[in-house]
Amino acid sequence: MAEKEYAYYAGCSLEGTAVEYDMSMRQVFKALGVKIREPEDWSCCGSTPAHTVDHLFAAALAARNLTIIEKMGTDTVTVPCPSCLSAFKRAHLSMTADESFKNEVNELLDEPYGGGVIPKSTLQIMIEDVGLDAVASKVTHALPGLVVAPYYGCILTRPPEIAQFDDPENPMSMDKILQAVGVKVADYAFKMECCGAAFGVPKKDMVNRLTYRVLSMALDAGANCIAVACPLCQQNLDLRQSQVNSTMGASFNIPILYFSQIVGLTYGLSPKELGMDKLVVSADEVVRSRIAVEELEKKEAETRAEAVAKAAEKEKKAKAKEDNTKTEET
Amino acid sequence: MRVGVFICHCGSNIAGTIDVAQAAAELRKVPGVAFATNYMYTCSEPGQDEIKQAIQREKLDRIVVAACSPRMHELTFRRTIEKAGLNRYFLEMANIREHISWVGLDKEANTNKAIDAIKMAVAKVMQNKPLYSSSFKVNKRVLVIGGGVAGMQAALDCGDGGLEVVLVEKSPSVGGMMARLDKTFPTIDCSICILGPKMVDVAQHDKIKLYAYSEIEDIKGYVGNYQVRIRRKATYVDWTKCTGCGLCMEKCPSKNSYDYFNFGVAPTKAINIPFPQAIPKKAKIDPDFCRQFTKGKCGVCAKICPTGAINYEMQDEIVTEDVGAIVVASGYGLIDMDKFPEYGAGRYPDVISGIQYERLLNASGPTEGHIVRPSDHTEPKTIVFVSCAGSRDKSLGIPYCSNFCCMYIAKQAILTKDHIPDSQSYVFYMDIRSPGKGYDEFTRRAQEDYGAKYVRGRVSRIYPKGKKMVVVGADTLLGTQVEVEADLVVLATAVTAAPGAAQLAEKLHISYDTFGFYVESHPKLRPVETNTSGVYLAGAAQGPKDIPASVGQGSAAAAKVLALFSKDMLESDPAVAKVNENTCVGCLKCKLTCPFGAIQEKELRGGRVVANVIETVCAGCGVCTSTCPCGAIQLSHFTDNQLLAEVNAICQK
Repeated sequence: MAEKEYAYYAGCSLEGTAVEYDMSMRQVFKALGVKIREPEDWSCCGSTPAHTVDHLFAAALAARNLTIIEKMGTDTVTVPCPSCLSAFKRAHLSMTADESFKNEVNELLDEPYGGGVIPKSTLQIMIEDVGLDAVASKVTHALPGLVVAPYYGCILTRPPEIAQFDDPENPMSMDKILQAVGVKVADYAFKMECCGAAFGVPKKDMVNRLTYRVLSMALDAGANCIAVACPLCQQNLDLRQSQVNSTMGASFNIPILYFSQIVGLTYGLSPKELGMDKLVVSADEVVRSRIAVEELEKKEAETRAEAVAKAAEKEKKAKAKEDNTKTEET
Repeated sequence: MRVGVFICHCGSNIAGTIDVAQAAAELRKVPGVAFATNYMYTCSEPGQDEIKQAIQREKLDRIVVAACSPRMHELTFRRTIEKAGLNRYFLEMANIREHISWVGLDKEANTNKAIDAIKMAVAKVMQNKPLYSSSFKVNKRVLVIGGGVAGMQAALDCGDGGLEVVLVEKSPSVGGMMARLDKTFPTIDCSICILGPKMVDVAQHDKIKLYAYSEIEDIKGYVGNYQVRIRRKATYVDWTKCTGCGLCMEKCPSKNSYDYFNFGVAPTKAINIPFPQAIPKKAKIDPDFCRQFTKGKCGVCAKICPTGAINYEMQDEIVTEDVGAIVVASGYGLIDMDKFPEYGAGRYPDVISGIQYERLLNASGPTEGHIVRPSDHTEPKTIVFVSCAGSRDKSLGIPYCSNFCCMYIAKQAILTKDHIPDSQSYVFYMDIRSPGKGYDEFTRRAQEDYGAKYVRGRVSRIYPKGKKMVVVGADTLLGTQVEVEADLVVLATAVTAAPGAAQLAEKLHISYDTFGFYVESHPKLRPVETNTSGVYLAGAAQGPKDIPASVGQGSAAAAKVLALFSKDMLESDPAVAKVNENTCVGCLKCKLTCPFGAIQEKELRGGRVVANVIETVCAGCGVCTSTCPCGAIQLSHFTDNQLLAEVNAICQK
């Protein structure tokens, strides 16, 4: 599989607010030997602003990129942002299913899209193409104190007929990847709960209320960190956390990491390479808690030995005491 | 040949979109037609008299009635012309209602089409031959499939009517779903207390032969003479020796068997008697969990059994019973919890189904009637009931209402308050459907006297929060979202066809709908009959039904069987296949294709082999006639010549 080259469509968010997702994802793919190439002259994916107004136009925006990718000679594009992914999948599926729609869209394009590109999320590439064993094999470091609530957001696996990946109500792909790299994963009931999406601008109160629920459920589930795979979820939970604290009377201090950053930490990559400094809620403590796997094992062995020794000593003392009482009796 | 044509108006059903007078006028021009008229209601008494009088007056010898479907009134008009002295097969019906007037609005086109259809019937009736029924003996024994309340009622009524009954029950005990219920609505009387005596009656009735833990293997024959093969599944316990003492169940070391009777609310032993009132009260081993079968060693029950009834080598046994009629009361199933990912898909132990809650309420259930949460065995204080879990949900392929959930939820809310006085029940509902006698008053009581809070709206999701289950839904009367932190959630899971319903229907040659429920002969006028004569329906196998309706249908099916068996001889339908032995080449392809096994080999003098139709077994389906390479096998009343005459009639011009 190392021979295969994927197109990698970062999208606008990953050049701006989610640059750390882009940095860490590229590093993780590099570590796993997944070859990626960015399409040249890529443009808007056609998500939210376009598809709420005009489906044909939205499909054309997406298809323009798919055409470029098709011409690169690859049949798979991996898309980190769920919004871009959904836009690509929707355009690809409706064009391949409906010939007349395909013709309509292609009419708007300089070069027609032939329907030969499968869009996949980065999670899907890691779980289906790379495989959990390979993901696990690169681990050098452990994050012993970390308990992660995996947060998928609303559109990564939905609607199921578009996403065609993982369970629409109880997805497990991120859980499995995080478990594979040795991270403790909380049983988190709000995997798919609404983060407020793009309503942070027009309806700030509502978004604060929704993010409050998502954050407090993570604490209830025993997590001390949330893993995400969506730039918008990350922004609402991370950037707005202090806002939530002030408006909802809370005192959250939960780092919101991209799953790729967590995987990168276990691969021993530097915090700088993973863009840890780009986070608003500091993840320094997570980074500091990182320990090499051998060291952790050594430590654990030591504490085990210590415990054994302690137990033996205790037993010895108890026995001595018993002997004493016995002698006293006699 | 003098054909009489009678065109029915059927009020405005036909005359509204077909010019019946013009059709009659056109038909009078057809060669062979001696008389044609139109009449308001031909099936009425004066309408039939009109036919009889016309036969005498006009010396008619063939009759065509253009009206509704022959499935509606063919028999009516056959009897009419028979009374006037004609052979009943000298009648043809042209279906100008279902096929023409009801489906088209263009009166002119409809009229032309009706004229063509009647001309076809005229052409055919002129080719018709007189046919005569032969009569055959009836075996006055009845098979009842399913020992739930409907099947037991049918069996008891038939038995009391003097018939010998063979009752086949799939599970180890009769009683069905009703035996699992705690109390019944709207009277709150104890289910097993009113069912138990019926179960005992079934066991002790000298006319009823019970095969428990048995299934139908196959069925051959026809009304009056069925041969049924019954598979008695291996119980690994010799029931002639088992006394039902229960020692084996006490000592069995395999404690984690799935409890089918309790719908998995708690585990049971690998050898068990399903419930204290079971009939027959005999033990049975579940080989999926028994250590003797899974690990190859144990034998505790064999050692402990005081009568030596345990037999690990037991095999299934096939028995044959001859009967004359069959009542199908095979019951219903319930949708799996894993169909609801938004409600946890069965992952949350404190989200249970209505029937599971029923077992928690029941004094002979696994908790002895104490309501506890499956997760931590504490008493729940806030209980949420979700109605229509799957019902009326097209996305799950279940557009229908499950009929009795609204009522049992109200009952469970009342019982919850009785069991735990400081509890609060919430009911999320779409509509409250309570049309039975005393039903609506009952649902009001749940709300007004027992304080159940009814919330009109759907539940969108259920998630755990600490020890609680949070139920998120809409209150469409308030127009707001609601959240209830519940200790226990009960889903009123949708009623489905019983598992294996389709396979059983195929063995019986009866039809079933897209959901697997058996189809009655007529939704209003023949609700317990099927289109296969001698096979009747009772209970929820035909569609979701509550106890009173199931019992009523059980009795109705029994009445139908008793009426059928009131005659010693039945008349056969002469419209069956016949072999022309002169042209038959004896290839016997017809024998291979016949779905009823009605064709056998026959050796003529001189050793030539031909096909031979067993008249009473043949159902007249016609598969053989289209298979025969030399046209030697013909279906009487639907011969090639008769059908070609019809084709010729519309291919003129």
